[in-house]
Amino acid sequence: MFASIVTISLAAILTNNFIFSQFLGICPFLGVSNKMSTATGMSVAVIFVMTMASAICWVINQFLLIPFGVADFMQTVAYILVIAVLVQFVEMFLKKAIPSLYSAMGIFLPLITTNCAVLGVVLLNTQNSYNFLESLVDGFTGGVGFTVAIVLFASVRERLQFADYPKAFEGFAICLVTAALFALAFMGFSGMKIPV
Amino acid sequence: MTTVISAIVILGVLGLVFGVLLVIAGKVFYVEKDPKEEAVRAVLAGANCGACGYPGCDGYAAAVAKGEAPVNGCVPGGAKAAAAIGEIMGVAADAGEASVAFVRCSGTCGHTKKKFEYEGISSCLAATRVPGSNGANVCPASCLGFGDCAAACPFDAMHIVDGIAQVDRSKCVGCMKCASVCPKKLITKVPATSTNAVGCNSTDKGAAVTKYCDFGCIGCMKCKKECPADAITVTNFLAVIDQEKCVHCGHCAEICPRKIIRDFD
Repeated sequence: MFASIVTISLAAILTNNFIFSQFLGICPFLGVSNKMSTATGMSVAVIFVMTMASAICWVINQFLLIPFGVADFMQTVAYILVIAVLVQFVEMFLKKAIPSLYSAMGIFLPLITTNCAVLGVVLLNTQNSYNFLESLVDGFTGGVGFTVAIVLFASVRERLQFADYPKAFEGFAICLVTAALFALAFMGFSGMKIPV
Repeated sequence: MTTVISAIVILGVLGLVFGVLLVIAGKVFYVEKDPKEEAVRAVLAGANCGACGYPGCDGYAAAVAKGEAPVNGCVPGGAKAAAAIGEIMGVAADAGEASVAFVRCSGTCGHTKKKFEYEGISSCLAATRVPGSNGANVCPASCLGFGDCAAACPFDAMHIVDGIAQVDRSKCVGCMKCASVCPKKLITKVPATSTNAVGCNSTDKGAAVTKYCDFGCIGCMKCKKECPADAITVTNFLAVIDQEKCVHCGHCAEICPRKIIRDFD
């Protein structure tokens, strides 16, 4: 049990990092990584929603979709519904209960609905037939992996402003080159395995 | 066939349950928003410049609606926005005095000495970060002319002319974004009605200033002595005009031997 959780965590954070290995959630990764403060705000929101979505989607899949025999083709539709509702709900809740956190997250909260890493994590949970705890861990560490990626990238982008590179690379071009180099570096983790 | 029906039913039920949940959540977690806040937000200039001291136009509108902020806080909106906000809030608006930015340096190209030729990143901030230099100019308080202020200006009112930053007074709204990025802290706020200001920020002694700058205040006190309104003080070898006392005669600009007192008329 413990070994499988460590394996899942390690995979989600390093070897199968959602951004650098699976190329999911690239939109927020490029969109909000130009400042460290926005990157961390987005990360917190993503961790939260990924964990919640993993838990709820597991329950829905296990007790609703599978018993009725529609799990094969209904998962994506049902999960998207869950994620959208969840984000809406979390937004309302935070606005009322923790306004400071709500204003800190700002527009990133609603943006998560379209973050495909969230849908990715719940679909992968089902694909790998994880149990409830494993799904929860995968959701949380998937969010941590997203955080690692976006925070690293944001810190590099902050320095890029002072870098001297050809004019043709200005803007997104240099960002994509940087992201590619990051992805290459993360490939170095791909050999890692925990002997079970 | 049953699969199709159960799929439809499941999704329908899920949607219905989630919808009801959201409606309930919307009622439970309802946060009242002041309608005044939206009305105030609508009449602001919308530049999100932050000159009011709040995080953007939304922050300022919220503060006004709560009665925490003055109605004349929107600098780019000026008197027009102040009057509109005053009407919404039911307070008489006394329009804040309009102000503009002013760069306290006159050291144009070829008139100042340099310690070395700087060939790094084209940014004032970066130039001041060269170890032990604080910028390539000998004068410790001079404009570096890389235009960090011009880049920060949301209104295209700041330009680098002949090596130093110059404010286009017709475009400047006094948001002072430029001042916040100037590593030399050269940019100050002056009333838009002001006609004269001292274009120097050097507090070095006169003899030192003459060595590195053809302009630059040497603290000769001539302007102070001749000012008819007693509006000029000289501290640390630097003349400063008290804009409240200034009578806009322009005499100081004419007699300044270093030609650093600007006349905007």
